[in-house]
Amino acid sequence: MAALLLFVSVSKKCVKCKEAPAALVIRAGDAYCRLCFKDFFIHKFKAVLGKNRIIFPGEKVLLAVSGGPSSCSMLRQVQEGLSQKANKKLRFVPGVAFIDEGAAIGQSVEERQRTVAELQAVFQATGFPFYILPLEQVLDLPASVVATNPSPSEQPASAYKAAVHHFVETDGSNFPRPQEPKKTLLPRVQESHTLMLQQLLGSVKTLTAREELLNTLRQHLLVHTARTEGYSKLMLGDSCTRLAVKLLTSISLGRGAQLAQDTGFSDSRYGDIILVRPMRDYSAKEVAYYNHLFTVPYVVIPSVDTKTVDKASIQRLTESFVTKLQTDFPSTVSTIYRLQLHTCFMHISALNISCVLQVSSDSLAVKPSTFFEASTADSSLWVLIAELSVLHLYYRLPETTRLKSLLCYSCALTVRDMVSDDVFDPFMHEL
Amino acid sequence: MPVQCSSCSEKRAVLKRPKTGHSLCKECFFWAFEEEIHQTIVSAKLFKTGESVGIAASGGKDSTVLAHVMKVLNERYSYGLELMLLSVDEGITGYRDDSLETVKRNQQQYELPLKIVSYEELYGWTMDAIVKQVGLKNNCTFCGVFRRQALDRGAIMLKVDKICTGHNADDVAETVLMNVLRGDIARLRRCTTISTDSENEGVVPRCKPLKYAYEKEIVLYAYFKKLDYFSTECIYSPNAYRGYARTYLKDLESVRPSSIMDVIHSGENLSVREGVKMPVQGTCSRCGYISSQKLCKACVLLEGLNRGLPKLGIGKHHRFHDKILSQQPLTEEEERKLKAVDF
Repeated sequence: MAALLLFVSVSKKCVKCKEAPAALVIRAGDAYCRLCFKDFFIHKFKAVLGKNRIIFPGEKVLLAVSGGPSSCSMLRQVQEGLSQKANKKLRFVPGVAFIDEGAAIGQSVEERQRTVAELQAVFQATGFPFYILPLEQVLDLPASVVATNPSPSEQPASAYKAAVHHFVETDGSNFPRPQEPKKTLLPRVQESHTLMLQQLLGSVKTLTAREELLNTLRQHLLVHTARTEGYSKLMLGDSCTRLAVKLLTSISLGRGAQLAQDTGFSDSRYGDIILVRPMRDYSAKEVAYYNHLFTVPYVVIPSVDTKTVDKASIQRLTESFVTKLQTDFPSTVSTIYRLQLHTCFMHISALNISCVLQVSSDSLAVKPSTFFEASTADSSLWVLIAELSVLHLYYRLPETTRLKSLLCYSCALTVRDMVSDDVFDPFMHEL
Repeated sequence: MPVQCSSCSEKRAVLKRPKTGHSLCKECFFWAFEEEIHQTIVSAKLFKTGESVGIAASGGKDSTVLAHVMKVLNERYSYGLELMLLSVDEGITGYRDDSLETVKRNQQQYELPLKIVSYEELYGWTMDAIVKQVGLKNNCTFCGVFRRQALDRGAIMLKVDKICTGHNADDVAETVLMNVLRGDIARLRRCTTISTDSENEGVVPRCKPLKYAYEKEIVLYAYFKKLDYFSTECIYSPNAYRGYARTYLKDLESVRPSSIMDVIHSGENLSVREGVKMPVQGTCSRCGYISSQKLCKACVLLEGLNRGLPKLGIGKHHRFHDKILSQQPLTEEEERKLKAVDF
């Protein structure tokens, strides 16, 4: 690999400027020099935001940073974008959120504090306000987190141009200033909460379901934070490679109906908070090169499926499958990823049916009114799930039946792995 | 301690159902398997009383089980169908000629009329000859395209109202995965439908009664019923792209057994955006078969084979349709690109 790079840099010129020697090769035949690569990378970020005119000037946008290379790269792009000359500047007000999932992977308190301290240093260097959220907070979320709040009045595309124009004219003086980062103390977590969370996750029999549950909890915590801190957009750092794997995994998990939301550029299932994925056009390789060449700091944090065998979970299996296939057929990732361009969002209005875990519509219908009736009687949904898993209730009991009717197909699969030892529990099968 | 059958609780269980994990005795398994297919047929309204149905039989496990179950259900529930066997001879020595012997035996065993159509008589080419020209990478394309047309032509010769094929749940799931890997949204939309609807005169509608039956269960059924079937893989198939999808699906099944149904569920509920370009059904200008282009794929492939340009049908070939129709020769440059690669 090093020999190839040496060969390239000695004999090949950058395909763009044709002057400087090439420093890296992205796809076959595309050799770039450092500066042209930097321009290419930064331009892609701004282009994807500009093309999908969804982030309005002055809007508060929460960046979900996991500490991994992709999301840290996204953080750097936002920094770069905001610091440029006025007419090319990115125009929103960012904040950063990091979820500390140490409890899920069984890290000790000291390990967690060390990781958080590392990341805190990175966030402080950016000057943006940041929020360190221990995953345990998800246990205290109100049931309303899963509701689809009415979105602010739909802003048509023409409003975007007008808004930009207005912003430029008034020099941005009317819009909220980036806040001074608060002196954030690392939040103290009660041990009982950690234990409860670990029990909840431990009650899930399969790694596949555990990962799905973690995804759900993560997303709910982020949406809740965005709502309470006044952010209207949430930026996620999924790269193209990650999204292609996610798409194939979703198909394998029965989430074909929700592909557009799970892997598309924008996900408006929560109504007032819109999830955006600006890193979707970057392959993992490009991100890695950029991070290396321009020293983007990131922290390696293990997840629940780190160092597991291929068949430990469906997510892990799919990731291994796609990356292996990519070596033989280099267009695999981009072909799979492009599929989501052809899918559309099945729109759900506030009165319509939705799965309580994923807030998405599917062929298994549910009524939110039933859910709210149930939940106000039984306190929050999470306590309900925790109780179910801790007590190992079986499907004959009424709570489970009610829960089943509130879930879409794939979330029902996830919950089945929690409440039942039997992978074939008839709880699931209606055939 | 022997496990009792979870359904009748009388007899000892002899197997565990791959689909549901229940421990069942032979009779209860047969009953469950056949009942599920019956439910599939009834809820999807696949057949009408008095119709004549051609069962696509290759002699393999799926079509043998299909023929058997169709006969059983036709009698048990009085569907009133007239059943016939339809077989296609692709001309693969060592594979197809052996499996055809099995079909002929099936004809005796099930007492159903049989018609065999061959590539040789329809197109003038056997698969052996095609593979000699094309090589081992793209040959499955030729076989699949030709077989589809062969089945339809055979069905018209037999004068049946419908064709039913032995595609099982694993096949449908693999097709969904393959179309995702290939990015083929048009096929993805169509591949999970249980029956093709057809208002065209030239095409016989076809359906998949075994759509929700797991391959493992089909094998178990054939084994316990001691059905006569041919169980070797096609000798030309090891390099097919479908193999990747199949390996992935098998791994998925070992992680979570319901995955096969989950993939089918995803495929059925995929919501496709408005305005995505879908092919429009027309007819082939040369042979009259259905086609979304000027020439049907079989004609293009045949043209390629006959002119010694085997790559004509593989990859984009729309530009050549006019030239082929008007019998013009292709330029040297074009010819060079379409010749087979030396291997």
